[in-house]
Amino acid sequence: MLVSILHRVTGGALTVAGLAVLTWWLMALAEGGDAYASFTKASTHWAGMVVLIGLTWAFFQHLLSGLRHLVMDSGHGFELRTNKLFAVATVVGSLLLTAALWVYVLGRAA
Amino acid sequence: MSLGTSATPLGRVRGLGASGEGGEHWLRERVTSVALLLLGSWLLASLLFLPDLTPATLTEWLRMPSGAVPMALFVITAFAHGRDGMKVVVDDYVHDAGNNFALNTLLLFAAVGGASFALFALAKIAFGDQA
Repeated sequence: MLVSILHRVTGGALTVAGLAVLTWWLMALAEGGDAYASFTKASTHWAGMVVLIGLTWAFFQHLLSGLRHLVMDSGHGFELRTNKLFAVATVVGSLLLTAALWVYVLGRAA
Repeated sequence: MSLGTSATPLGRVRGLGASGEGGEHWLRERVTSVALLLLGSWLLASLLFLPDLTPATLTEWLRMPSGAVPMALFVITAFAHGRDGMKVVVDDYVHDAGNNFALNTLLLFAAVGGASFALFALAKIAFGDQA
């Protein structure tokens, strides 16, 4: 139930905020100079980082729960225990992947 | 021989659901999801393994076919999958036929428009002067 709702919420966030950031990033890079400087300023501001960290978590959560949906589409994983285990694994997995990614990114930047 | 004996079970029921359509949309959502699994992982890995994220490095990366082509595919697939997913949400919550059509049309315009801007920017980076 929770994971199903998370799949929708993260999908919506990735579509609206994720694609907006992707398009802004490409447009800024194409423009160069001041345009890219304002993108960098926003993306390294703490609020911008919160958005980026949120988007990476949404990406991993949507990816893992999407894999779960593909397995269920094939008619597998409906047994209560398996289903619950897989659902919990997507949440734990997405948090671990997000943490690992940002520890690496911030560690490299420091 | 009647159709009933030669058609596959899927062929016999295709188009007979409550809405009479949607199978293609359902399948496309899943095919693009598998494509995005690959392209999204590629994008994340590329950003992590680039020596730095300065405009010069990023531009050099996106000027190479190995950078520009998967990026173009990612943009197209991500906007298509995002639109397909949002359409499911619209269809779930907006039942009035007129509002449903209007919202889905807006959604389509936003997705095609956004993807076009992103692709234009990518083309400018890939074919423009060296940064």
